[in-house]
Amino acid sequence: MEDPAPAAPRAVPVRHYGRYVAATLVLAVVALFVVAASKAQISYGVIPDYLTSPIILDGLRMTVYISVAAQLVGIALGVLFAVMRLSKNPVVASVSWFYIWFFRGTPVLVQLVIWFNLSLVFQTFTIPGIYSMSMNSFMTPFVAALLGLGLNEGAYMAEIVRAGIISVDEGQTEAAQALGMTAGQLMRRVVLPQAMRVIVPPTGNEFINMLKTSSLASLVLLGELFRNAANIYTRSLQTIELLLVISAWYLVLTSVFSVGQYYVERRFARGAARALPDTPLQRLRRNLRRGRTGGRIR
Amino acid sequence: MTIRSSTARSTARSGGTPMVQAEGVRKRFGRLEVLKGIDLEVAPREVLCLIGPSGSGKSTFLRCINHLEKIDGGRLSVDGELVGYRQRGDKLLELKEKEVARKRAEIGMVFQRFNLFPHMTVLGNVIEAPIRVKGVTKSTAVATGRRLLDRVGLAEKADAYPSQLSGGQQQRVAIARALAMEPKLMLFDEPTSALDPELVGDVLDVMRGLAEDGMTMVVVTHEMGFAREVGDALIFMDLGVVVEAGAPRDVLGNPQHERTQAFLGKVL
Repeated sequence: MEDPAPAAPRAVPVRHYGRYVAATLVLAVVALFVVAASKAQISYGVIPDYLTSPIILDGLRMTVYISVAAQLVGIALGVLFAVMRLSKNPVVASVSWFYIWFFRGTPVLVQLVIWFNLSLVFQTFTIPGIYSMSMNSFMTPFVAALLGLGLNEGAYMAEIVRAGIISVDEGQTEAAQALGMTAGQLMRRVVLPQAMRVIVPPTGNEFINMLKTSSLASLVLLGELFRNAANIYTRSLQTIELLLVISAWYLVLTSVFSVGQYYVERRFARGAARALPDTPLQRLRRNLRRGRTGGRIR
Repeated sequence: MTIRSSTARSTARSGGTPMVQAEGVRKRFGRLEVLKGIDLEVAPREVLCLIGPSGSGKSTFLRCINHLEKIDGGRLSVDGELVGYRQRGDKLLELKEKEVARKRAEIGMVFQRFNLFPHMTVLGNVIEAPIRVKGVTKSTAVATGRRLLDRVGLAEKADAYPSQLSGGQQQRVAIARALAMEPKLMLFDEPTSALDPELVGDVLDVMRGLAEDGMTMVVVTHEMGFAREVGDALIFMDLGVVVEAGAPRDVLGNPQHERTQAFLGKVL
């Protein structure tokens, strides 16, 4: 009798029991959370109204404004002090070292309050021979916040930019020098553009931090998101409701920015990889097109 | 010691200013003396090849010629002018950064690892220095750049990025980039050492063409065939000194010095 051809064995995939356990646990925790939230004495009804109330929107605009301004100050100072730190001139390099040491070594909250109270020790703000005004009218909450946040940020950015600059291969500097470029030209045209790939991701991180750290400026009376929310809840006593409102706005700001960061990073990856991967939007468009043409891959 | 090769193709050399002149050039890195008194001369339109084991100081000497390394002793001049210094009376004044840069702009250099600018296209690499350093208009620089890319056989790669090219193609772009500055002297620092063997030929062909057009070249190389066919003069260096110099055919074919014989015995 002939042996029948053996049937192809059935393949049994591995069972992932851990996934079911984890899902059950998560569902339980979420349920507890929902129950707690429903029992809490929170007037959920007021949250949508506050989300778009004029005072909150004013605060939102100020938060964006001061964060962008302070980050720009920080980036400008960071590039300046990073280049100074790497300078062969020992005086210039030491100045940069001292700046970073001081502004990175003291709390930003303390720096903010010092700037704001500068009128206690200086009556006037004077640039000798050019300009003079009373310190109280010069050091507005906005100026104090800009100086406090910007100078502090500059110290961190200096270290980020320095790391970017020293990450660029020394052969690049030599090639630029051999072509007759001066130190300034080779920094602007050759080194910094390549350093950007290393500088941009942590800078995005810094800006997301800045969006949140700007709430400290409420201590120097700047009318940003947190200050304006606090102004409302000290009267209405809907403290948690308003804090939830501004938390939502902070999340919106950081999420929107994260998308922007993705595209900026792509821009500076040019030349580093042979071909850039598609963006999520490009992938979506391609998938839609494929759908229209009846699923055929072109 | 002066190199006067009998095979030089130029007739205008004799009596003219040497393109490169070194007298007792010394260089040390910390305690290590890498150049212990180098004397040599390169005439205009001459091709000098430097060979020797690694650590012999040949690359360091090449880098001294455009002041990427500062010499510690002796005199080194290019086209009759001191490298990195200006003589006033009995004093040597160190040149300012801008003056050094201006002199470097007249000397082309090609590196072992290409060192193309990865964030610029091939054409961008070639037109960058003419525009920024020489102040050439963009349209002129682009026209010259395309012509040079055509010359090194890469006209169709003008818009590619360096990372999309093979090593041999990148090195030819690097040569075009150096030529775009219309240098009076070209320095090659082991230009084919980082290449796959099959890609070496294209780069050497470009260099051979340059030599035929009368470019003055100093080439640090391990390509003995190239040195023999294209070089007018050849120097064997070891441990920071010139061991043997002469016409390539003589030095390679009939080395006089023991150390030259030992080195050539291993590489040929």
